[in-house]
Amino acid sequence: MTGLNASVDNERARSTRRFKPDPWAAGAFVITAIVALPILTVLAAAFFPTENIWPHLWETVLPGYIIVTLELMAGVAAGTVLIGVGTAWLVTMCAFPGRRIFEWALVLPLAMPAYVVAYVYTDILEYAGPVQMMLRDIFGWTTSRDYWFPEIRSLGGAIVVMTMTLYPYVYLLARSAFLEQSSGVGEAARTLGCSPWAAFRRVSLPMARPSIVVGVALVLMETLNDFGTVDFFAVQTLTTGMFNVWLVMNNTGGGAQIAVVMLVFVIFLLVAERVARRRRGYHDTSTRPRRPVRFDLRGGRRTLAFLVCSLPILIGFFVPAGLLISYAIEFYDVSLSNRFPQAAVNSILLAALAAGVAVLIGLFLAYAVRLRKSTTLRNLARFASLGYAVPGAVLAIGILFPFGAFDNAVDGFMRATFGVSTGLILSGTIVAVLFAYVVRFLALAYGTLEAGLGRVTPHMDDAARTLKHGPAQALIKVNLPIIRGSMMTAAILIFVDCMKELPATLLLRPFNFDTLATYVYQFASDELLEECALGALTIVAAGVIPVILLTRVMGRNRPDQEISIT
Amino acid sequence: MKYRLLAAAALVAAPMATTTTAASAAEVNVYSYRQAALVRPLFDAFTKETGVKVNVVFATKGLIKRLQAEGRNSPADLVFTVDIGRLSAVVNAGLAQQVKTAALEKAVPAEYRDAKGMWYGLTLRARLLYTSKDRVAKGAITSYEELADPKWRGKVCTRKGDHAYNIALLAAYIGHYGEAKATEWLKGVKANLARKPQGNDRAQVKAIMEGVCDVAVGNHYYMALMLKNEKQKPWAASANLVFPTLAGKGTHMNVSGVMMTKHAPNKENAVKLMEFLTSKKAQGLYANVNNEYPIDPDVKASPLLESWGKFARDTVSLDTIAKNRAAALKIVNTVGYNDGPATN
Repeated sequence: MTGLNASVDNERARSTRRFKPDPWAAGAFVITAIVALPILTVLAAAFFPTENIWPHLWETVLPGYIIVTLELMAGVAAGTVLIGVGTAWLVTMCAFPGRRIFEWALVLPLAMPAYVVAYVYTDILEYAGPVQMMLRDIFGWTTSRDYWFPEIRSLGGAIVVMTMTLYPYVYLLARSAFLEQSSGVGEAARTLGCSPWAAFRRVSLPMARPSIVVGVALVLMETLNDFGTVDFFAVQTLTTGMFNVWLVMNNTGGGAQIAVVMLVFVIFLLVAERVARRRRGYHDTSTRPRRPVRFDLRGGRRTLAFLVCSLPILIGFFVPAGLLISYAIEFYDVSLSNRFPQAAVNSILLAALAAGVAVLIGLFLAYAVRLRKSTTLRNLARFASLGYAVPGAVLAIGILFPFGAFDNAVDGFMRATFGVSTGLILSGTIVAVLFAYVVRFLALAYGTLEAGLGRVTPHMDDAARTLKHGPAQALIKVNLPIIRGSMMTAAILIFVDCMKELPATLLLRPFNFDTLATYVYQFASDELLEECALGALTIVAAGVIPVILLTRVMGRNRPDQEISIT
Repeated sequence: MKYRLLAAAALVAAPMATTTTAASAAEVNVYSYRQAALVRPLFDAFTKETGVKVNVVFATKGLIKRLQAEGRNSPADLVFTVDIGRLSAVVNAGLAQQVKTAALEKAVPAEYRDAKGMWYGLTLRARLLYTSKDRVAKGAITSYEELADPKWRGKVCTRKGDHAYNIALLAAYIGHYGEAKATEWLKGVKANLARKPQGNDRAQVKAIMEGVCDVAVGNHYYMALMLKNEKQKPWAASANLVFPTLAGKGTHMNVSGVMMTKHAPNKENAVKLMEFLTSKKAQGLYANVNNEYPIDPDVKASPLLESWGKFARDTVSLDTIAKNRAAALKIVNTVGYNDGPATN
């Protein structure tokens, strides 16, 4: 609170006008309070449980959940860094055939929901799948006891699947970091006799490290809140554990307590991300980064680079997409029910609306923080962004209760005062679903726009002031045109994520309402993905177009665009 | 551009947003844990007969929380569940309402409905053993108790221990033997597992075909579903069905049921739907479309189920099973069932 007051005081000191409520600080405060409601609800449930089963959890399953979660996170972090950074460096710093296509194609797996990939690879790699069938044919084995084959439904399998769908985050950030690096740096390294590898290890990598950490933090948050993949693979993470306690054991307190353990993980990641960004002390002294001079790869290295870049795209996108297409053709009549087109329309509209709202709110918050330079405001905004790391179902429950309480309070008041019942105003409407999306993905908008605004020099605002523009006008006329790219980036990421969102949609939606994700889930929950391949494909297609747009936006070598979290 | 998009979305959204407000004349609102696709044919038949529209929200988890949060203004009239656990959870949360009609009480036998009329069973599912045709002789296993017999070491497959179906079975086991013996039994089953519990019931039968295990636990209707699916026919063909006994009594039955919510706004239509679903016609539909055992003993099961023959049912009451659920869940955690056979 003190920070808030301080910022208001500053404002008063600056202008000699009489005290006036500060709309930016007040607005930011109200927004964060509303957005933080679901998380506060969960915290309350954790600390004031009706039946405390924490001791039971701690003695039995919780340590296991924590260890498995840590193993999963470590594996996915290592995998995404290896693939994301490696491919990013190759496409920005080296010249080899197909480079220009790889530049955008490497982002394609981002459009694939992880649980779909998990399902597809189970189908391919399981005992009755084509790979093992072929091996048995070749070697004359007859049963599974004749040979060893890695079990895809395992921790290792989950690490691979998540690495393959999440590495694009690291790739995008690493690539933009490499692009930002002045070519002069690379040239200097080469004049000093560095091989491409040495230049990468000793110059490019250390300079890009902060961006890479940001990417990994994003990846790990997605890993932490994934439910579909780990549930399908029977990997006992905190998320699956929390679902069981909360929704199967029906113990709200216990579920919320596990959720708090997850929040601790998240806060740790956020701090790591912060520290990484603060250390971003390396600056480019040239005014405008030139197109980097690329290492021309020859012979074996050339082939190797080609393979390294094509494998992730193949595994993370084309193989699953190909299988989905073949299912979609085979099960065409089952897939295309009359509910399908409406579900597609619902998905696209909701996702677009959520992206728009989240970007506007994110912009407001980021600009208010910039304007007031208040630490309290900044911390509030970061707290509000925690929703990104909270699993969708938890968020949904955190929304159900405050919305229900609000609706019933309004209804009670109206009944008592006017004798009319207003019923449920928000609960069970698409407003609730929309709210869930905004809370869940606000972090992407806020973080990206904060980073974007951070690159606009404060002199711009001062210049606007001298033109007698107020803060709002300065935002619209000066800042907005400059950060348009960041806004596009944020909107596209949120759109794609909303298209894939399942658990919150499932629980909060109105009667008879389907999105593509819930439509697909009806079948997928029964492990019958074949019958909804068309729906899954549509989710992917709707994601691919924005994803390609995104790389183009970010490929213009403009350092003002970056994805980021709070 | 963005504003135009927003405006368009708002236009489409507005009517969607109002769909849940207040009760209108001819509709009934359902929160369903059962997959919409499975119950929709029945709802369609109901609408055709009565003109009452059925609105559905389907989710596999959390609907009770939603009901709780919405409180007295909840639009939901009925809750459909696939197991006794959730029926009792709604009752315990004080969110159910008593319904008693002659038709309901006549159609649903006393053991498959709440004594106070808080919930009614609609269908029954037998929890069976699937055994390998090639590797398990007929009669080699006839009871749930034997799943813990060391002779099946490394040969048993089940889905996760804390799934509602397995919890109900364990709760019934507690009902017969008490918690200590149930813990011992589950430890034995865990030691016999061929792999870490994973997948749904069908995936266990597939594992039999794959040679991963010899005995699996699964609900009966999956056999019917697999026989209807070209890709899964070989799975079904690899296994025999065993109707096992518990404490020498009979096969454990799961009940899918319906209950009216405490604040149901369309009470009359809701009762109509409940009575319709227990009517001979709807029970026949359930039996033949979904291959579940009808709750009404006068209605015949599907020809496929009839061909499997008659069998005795376990005698533990649903109330006992509901009561023992919490203990069962704790045992699953204590034993570490979901970690699979390798750990102890």
